[in-house]
Amino acid sequence: MLRVDVSKQLGEFSLEASFASEGRVTGLFGASGAGKTSLINIIAGLLQPDRGTIAIDGETLDDTATRLHVPAHRRRIGYVFQDARLFPHLDVRGNLDYGRRMNRLADDPAQLKRITDLLDIGHLMDRRPGKLSGGERQRVALGRALLSKPRLLLLDEPLGSLDEGRKVEILPYLVRLRDEAGVPMVYVSHDAAELRQIATQIVLLQRGRVTSIGGVRALTGG
Amino acid sequence: MLELSPTEWTAIQLSLRVATVATLVATPLGIAVAWLLARRDFWGKSALDAAIHLPLVLPPVVTGYLLLLTFGRRGLVGAWLADHLGIVFAFRWTGAALACGIMAFPLLVRPIRLSIEAVDRRLEQAAGTLGAEPWRVFLTITLPLALPGVLAGMVLGFAKAIGEFGATITFVSNIPGETQTISSAIYSLIQTPDGDAAALRLVVVSVVIALAALIGSEWFARRATRRLHGN
Repeated sequence: MLRVDVSKQLGEFSLEASFASEGRVTGLFGASGAGKTSLINIIAGLLQPDRGTIAIDGETLDDTATRLHVPAHRRRIGYVFQDARLFPHLDVRGNLDYGRRMNRLADDPAQLKRITDLLDIGHLMDRRPGKLSGGERQRVALGRALLSKPRLLLLDEPLGSLDEGRKVEILPYLVRLRDEAGVPMVYVSHDAAELRQIATQIVLLQRGRVTSIGGVRALTGG
Repeated sequence: MLELSPTEWTAIQLSLRVATVATLVATPLGIAVAWLLARRDFWGKSALDAAIHLPLVLPPVVTGYLLLLTFGRRGLVGAWLADHLGIVFAFRWTGAALACGIMAFPLLVRPIRLSIEAVDRRLEQAAGTLGAEPWRVFLTITLPLALPGVLAGMVLGFAKAIGEFGATITFVSNIPGETQTISSAIYSLIQTPDGDAAALRLVVVSVVIALAALIGSEWFARRATRRLHGN
């Protein structure tokens, strides 16, 4: 359960967001430049709010009043970036294993198999990121974030840099993730069609302001 | 006359020892400084940057004399080091290593700084979201990706250290077997009546080492680009 109540000056406009996420996938919907990426960067701990609080499952991660700021590496919040950001000097196996190692988690071969099967990346283990297609890279990025056993998964336009064919290919994986991985997600997108398929709750962001929170029916039109 | 005389051998061995020690000691410090300059902003940053590059532009003899004033037997720091830790630089190969290390430092830091700057900070961010503390991000992401630049810097620094003359001869003089490096040996030999052949042999050795260093440094630099692109 994520509670957000922050504001931050972002260049020309200010971001003012207050909402609580319920359910499995909270879709953060808005046009480009509406402040979506900045908002999830604040949730992830990569950016600090000017004022406000962020809390997850009752634990406060940010509180400007008490100057509390839990750094990103201690939040256990996974992040799937729009540009995948796989580590080029590690193969797929090394990338997938990175989060587990950094969090000093025990080896879990069953979990690894489950995720690689879910995302269909088992055959790519020895490849380097430079030798993967855009779709494959994004699936590995998803797997990497999941294998760090986060309590919340942030996805910033994960299909944004892919063409239509790849999007159609990957969306089912994301839906499966939602249904089978058991991790709540905050999914950023400017594509309403995408969100209609995956989100269980919508937060609408317009020029830095949350203008509505509701069910998927809040998304009208395309 | 390709045989190297004992004097020449001694000079070569001493040069190799001095340059290796200088490079090995300077490298961790060089990485730390390069990282600071590449990733942090702080008051006095340009002053630090200038200070590091000073040995590149100061006359080497001036650098040597400043070393004498600071680390000589009765120097500001040298006296304390000798009395309390038993470390002596004056007229010893350790002094030659210090002089060479300082002269090589700017050449070491620059490629390392550039290669750290070339590491995509977004990768470091991603590593943070996967639970890596900043020092682990440095060891597992930044440093491995910057490694070819580190190696290029080490090779360049080594080449500079092995050829250093002005600061070394000013600080620790030209004592065969202790502080007579290849360059000082050549210097002495060309002032001796029959020293030309020996001097020439040492010159050839120097040129070979310098060329090997330049080629090696270039090779590492090209590997850096390939590695960053995931190939």
